[in-house]
Amino acid sequence: MSLNAHIKVRHNDFTLDVQLAVDAGETVAILGPNGAGKTTLLRALSGLIKIDGRVELAGQVLEDSATRLRVPTEERHVGLVFQDHVLFPHLNVLDNVAFGLQAQRRPDAKQLARGWLERAGLAEKAGSMPRELSGGQAQRVALLRTLATEPRLLLLDEPLSALDVTIRAEVRRELSRQLASFGGVRLIVTHDPLEAITLADRLVVLENGRVVQSGTPEEVTARPRSRFVADLAGVNLVRGKGRGDHVELTSGASVAAPDAGEGDVFAVIHPRAVALYLSRPEGTPRNIWQGEVEDIDLHGERVRVRVKGPVPLVAEVTPAAVRELGLQAGGAVWVAVKATEVSVYPA
Amino acid sequence: MLAALGLLFFLLPLAGLLVRAPWDQAVAGITSPETVTALGLSLFCSLAATAVSLVLGIPLALVLSRTTGKVRGAMRALTTLPMVLPPVVGGVALLLAFGRRGLVGSFLYQAFGIQIPFTTTAAVMAETFVAMPFLVIAVEGGLRSLDPRYEEAARALGARGWMVFARVTVPLLRPAIFSGAVLCWARALGEFGATITFAGNFPGRTQTVPIAVYVALETRPDSAIILSLILLAVSLAILVGMRDRWLGEP
Repeated sequence: MSLNAHIKVRHNDFTLDVQLAVDAGETVAILGPNGAGKTTLLRALSGLIKIDGRVELAGQVLEDSATRLRVPTEERHVGLVFQDHVLFPHLNVLDNVAFGLQAQRRPDAKQLARGWLERAGLAEKAGSMPRELSGGQAQRVALLRTLATEPRLLLLDEPLSALDVTIRAEVRRELSRQLASFGGVRLIVTHDPLEAITLADRLVVLENGRVVQSGTPEEVTARPRSRFVADLAGVNLVRGKGRGDHVELTSGASVAAPDAGEGDVFAVIHPRAVALYLSRPEGTPRNIWQGEVEDIDLHGERVRVRVKGPVPLVAEVTPAAVRELGLQAGGAVWVAVKATEVSVYPA
Repeated sequence: MLAALGLLFFLLPLAGLLVRAPWDQAVAGITSPETVTALGLSLFCSLAATAVSLVLGIPLALVLSRTTGKVRGAMRALTTLPMVLPPVVGGVALLLAFGRRGLVGSFLYQAFGIQIPFTTTAAVMAETFVAMPFLVIAVEGGLRSLDPRYEEAARALGARGWMVFARVTVPLLRPAIFSGAVLCWARALGEFGATITFAGNFPGRTQTVPIAVYVALETRPDSAIILSLILLAVSLAILVGMRDRWLGEP
């Protein structure tokens, strides 16, 4: 089972032209800035807008402009999860989850829906109305509602971006679990690099309606080929093993972080959270390393200082700070990062 | 000052109605056979007109909200015309279409022996003609402000046209349908011109409350006032019941 698509959509002076091949069991993230055409791509795959080109899913042609074949949305078995869940406001949680099963005329739709809610630990919310749910719960119910129809292709539109930052990590964990147990083709659309890197096996970077880069997260961030990817690479991202209160990197270095968990994890440190000192600082930051300034890069009112050391990091500071400390390439420097500034996500 | 004059202009007729009302005969007047008959007929006709408007008006609003360009302009003009058309003209037009020699009426009479004018059916048709636009406009407004993604989500979940309509579109439109139906019913209840022209004035058959008021004003003014008070009470009840939607801030 796999998805093969060549999608062309012309809308005023915007053109989307994307070739896409995704295997079942693989999670691909379409990553790109707002206006890149990501949502248009999802709407095209689900048949909500007409395309030039061809979409083939699991050997069945869903759309082919050459032969004027076009399977309507409701017959595609394509699961579309919207950014802000779009649960039916007049139906309770159980009826929302049962809706797709009823559309398939399953007589046991409600029992099946109840089963989905129980397995997700949401059984006690079955009678609640969508407005009574938290953002995270609503997003989880929206995902269940789609998974319950057993789609062949799962399309997620910015699944986490409408959520409060504080609950994103939790919903992300649950989402990766759900994705892992879903056997069909998985496609996520997002403008958030973290969301893409932590959920997807492969990134497809979309800009101005075209694919500019694709590959594993590591491949894509190692050799940025567009400004958007460069910015995304600007985030300090390290991979290691969670050890409770710290992350152990393959280099042997460790990064203190609360809730580092266990197993393979990503640790992300924003350059703004990295402070530089000329001598070893004494204070609360738990992560203090000595390093060497590798290069200094001016970006308007901000300077990005790349520091070589046990944990290679980029620090974002002001031009004044660079002048006062007399920073220059090759100079020794101390790096400090508060443990609470390190975000850790399961890999 | 002019604003006060404007307010007074609305207030005085109401005050006149209330001051001159024969309160001592109110109970007797309401329970008099003529009043009860007119009231019953009015209720039946206005509710029937509302039901017909719902059945025909919701699909019409749906089509209207989904067409664009010139077709839509023409359809809208046609639908809203009865709102601005003098009701008497509407009645004449209905007569010319459904009367015994009318466009459709002559066929109905010759083929089936059916005569519509001056029957209760005619009263219902006249009220529907005048009142349905209110429902269509309200429902169309609701449809235009409806987030299309609910219907898209339903389709992506595998729901076909009818299921999307019955289980997503209509329930989400409930507030618009409800307020449209109330407006439509209120308009149908007060209908006079088209009804008297197309259906005439036959007590128990086509004489609805507004017509009864008009007729009674010459012979039995007290009973005309009482019937007017009843209509006023209904209007007030609607206004109060819908205050969240129509009046004041939330």
